[in-house]
Amino acid sequence: MRVGLFVTCLVDLMRPRIGFAAIELLEAAGCEVIVPATQTCCGQPAWNSGDRASAAKLAKKVIAEFEGFDYVVAPSGSCADHIRNEYPSILADEPEWLACAAALSPKVFELTDFLVNVAKLENLPGHFSGSVTYHDSCAGLHSLGIKAQPRALLAKLPDVRLKEMNAAEECCGFGGTFSVKFGDISAAIAERKCTNAVATEADAIVGGDLGCLLNIEGKLRRMGDEETRVLHIAEVLTAK
Amino acid sequence: MESRSHRFKENAAAALANPVLQANMRTAKGKFVDKRAIAIKEIDDFEGTREAAKQLRNLVLENLDLWLEKFETNATARGAKVLWAKDGAEICRHVAEIGKRHGIKKAVKSKSMLSEEAGLNQALEATGIQPVETDLGEYILQINNNEPPSHIIAPVVHKSLDEVADLFEKVHQTPRKTEIPALTREAREVLREHFLTADMGISGGNFLVAETGSVALVTNEGNGRMVTTLPRVHVVITGIEKVIPTLEDLATLMRLLPRSATGQSISNYVSVLTGTKAPDELDGPEHLYYILVDNGRADVIGSEFQEMLRCIRCGACMNHCPVYQTIGGHAYGWVYPGPMGSVLTPLYTGLENAIDLPHAATLCNQCGVVCPVKIPLPDLLRKLREKQTDKNLRPWMERAVLKAWAFVAASPTLYALGAWFGVRYLKWLAGGKASIPVLSAAPEWTKGRDFPAPEGKTFRELYAERKAKP
Repeated sequence: MRVGLFVTCLVDLMRPRIGFAAIELLEAAGCEVIVPATQTCCGQPAWNSGDRASAAKLAKKVIAEFEGFDYVVAPSGSCADHIRNEYPSILADEPEWLACAAALSPKVFELTDFLVNVAKLENLPGHFSGSVTYHDSCAGLHSLGIKAQPRALLAKLPDVRLKEMNAAEECCGFGGTFSVKFGDISAAIAERKCTNAVATEADAIVGGDLGCLLNIEGKLRRMGDEETRVLHIAEVLTAK
Repeated sequence: MESRSHRFKENAAAALANPVLQANMRTAKGKFVDKRAIAIKEIDDFEGTREAAKQLRNLVLENLDLWLEKFETNATARGAKVLWAKDGAEICRHVAEIGKRHGIKKAVKSKSMLSEEAGLNQALEATGIQPVETDLGEYILQINNNEPPSHIIAPVVHKSLDEVADLFEKVHQTPRKTEIPALTREAREVLREHFLTADMGISGGNFLVAETGSVALVTNEGNGRMVTTLPRVHVVITGIEKVIPTLEDLATLMRLLPRSATGQSISNYVSVLTGTKAPDELDGPEHLYYILVDNGRADVIGSEFQEMLRCIRCGACMNHCPVYQTIGGHAYGWVYPGPMGSVLTPLYTGLENAIDLPHAATLCNQCGVVCPVKIPLPDLLRKLREKQTDKNLRPWMERAVLKAWAFVAASPTLYALGAWFGVRYLKWLAGGKASIPVLSAAPEWTKGRDFPAPEGKTFRELYAERKAKP
């Protein structure tokens, strides 16, 4: 199957290695991975800020770039949710585009969901060793039902021990533009998340959304914790 | 109540800097969330019940005028008088007139958020009627210089036992008590005298039952019963959206309300009050008035925000909101805090008067998940943001940055160029370290946390390099 990888702008800018890890995992699952070179951002910041026109413009761009694939996979529950569940609302007033959005929607998956439920990946390419705690990012959890999938994949790694934190499903305080509009509130919420995560004494805090992970990592370092690693699930699953 | 919602950022900063409030909020959070999680498991089909509640609330809102007329007809037939109030001022005018007509000197009150909307206590005092709050939380606030509530069902959730003990000692002029039973006993002793001497009782109304013309009250302290049955005049003040068709519907909603609110299977008291005291009855008011209030609600009917009017005021959205948990209710600046307040406040007081509230949410959707009537709160918040954008109400700089991002992201060439420079600049700024402690381009981010450094090249660059290799 031909899979279009939606890299996400955050991975493109901040952590390219997550994009390469996603490719490695998809290829290990037997997919032909194509990375459209013109892709940029899914438009979620515009939509969540109330700018429908810009959100529609970017939605159409993503649809045009990705509608030819069997599946579209993103290493982010938030971006996958936006493309899958919000594009039809964004383009509701343009029937032709709405039809395209609706056709694309069921083909869009978050990475771990796709690996477990569609590609049925059996053997992981990595062999991470250590204890991890998993943060459930909100959009993936509530809108795409991402909860068991990353844990099922982690369970395939013999040297990984999962230590669940208290309130793993609670928001980390990132919230996209919220994090730069209300920095102090956002950071205070992140502190609760970090406290819960660190209490597990896991070697790494792992998640499926880079926005949350940057928020958590930034807060951890500010709290003086230089030890606990903050990793995307794709990095853990491909670690050598 | 005068709104301070336009000062949300300052209010929130003050809340974050208040260690007592922070400690109190931490204590409160666990209680509500954990108790609800246990209570909802008692119902076989909680999700199905939520859906049924949503449908029945929608049914009412689709024909609100007809249900209100039906309520008015049936309530009037049972001896009540139904009055209508366009806004807070009209509520106060109605109550003052009722007070004058019946020669009222003192009014005991059970909890009513509508009286908060109207600033009723101050208005009553001005007309010579002494208002006495009898809900323990509201009483604490009243004797603390009419402090506003910070939660719709737990008005003093922001206060600690110590603070209440200090307040009682000061106001009641009694030896300081530190045990909750001793404090509540003291409040009871003060309030009992007021119950016995008041000639008017003012209550809110959780639901208005159209088929019987009744008001349903959900309370825990018993003060609601005293307020509504002892004085000779009872005034119910509630919003026009609170009407439901039947007692059967009340049963459905009662399966959800206490469980969602306090994690109780049922509240200590559920009162269904119908009409005035009949000749053969021992208690109940001689005169019963309903003041049904618009105050912005009618404009929401038929709008894209109509779903918000399904709200049954349980408070689950704020109990589960990471932002509310962090800053408490006062920061929101008006009567209703948390996610439901961030939707209602701009709708009722004006979009331009609560500019930050629709943005004061991470859109984590925890509120939407727990709402007993399935209000899509994050969607409504986003729609309010869209309204603000359409009216150019957001700060100029914010709009410019977002527009610039959208413009750049729409052009792969511009995006690639910007990204190339951007990641290199940030990498340079980090100076070989893993994170950046101060980022002038995003000062809000680095106020309370570091900004992790990027790898230094974009994925697109590295991918192209990899592809170019033989």
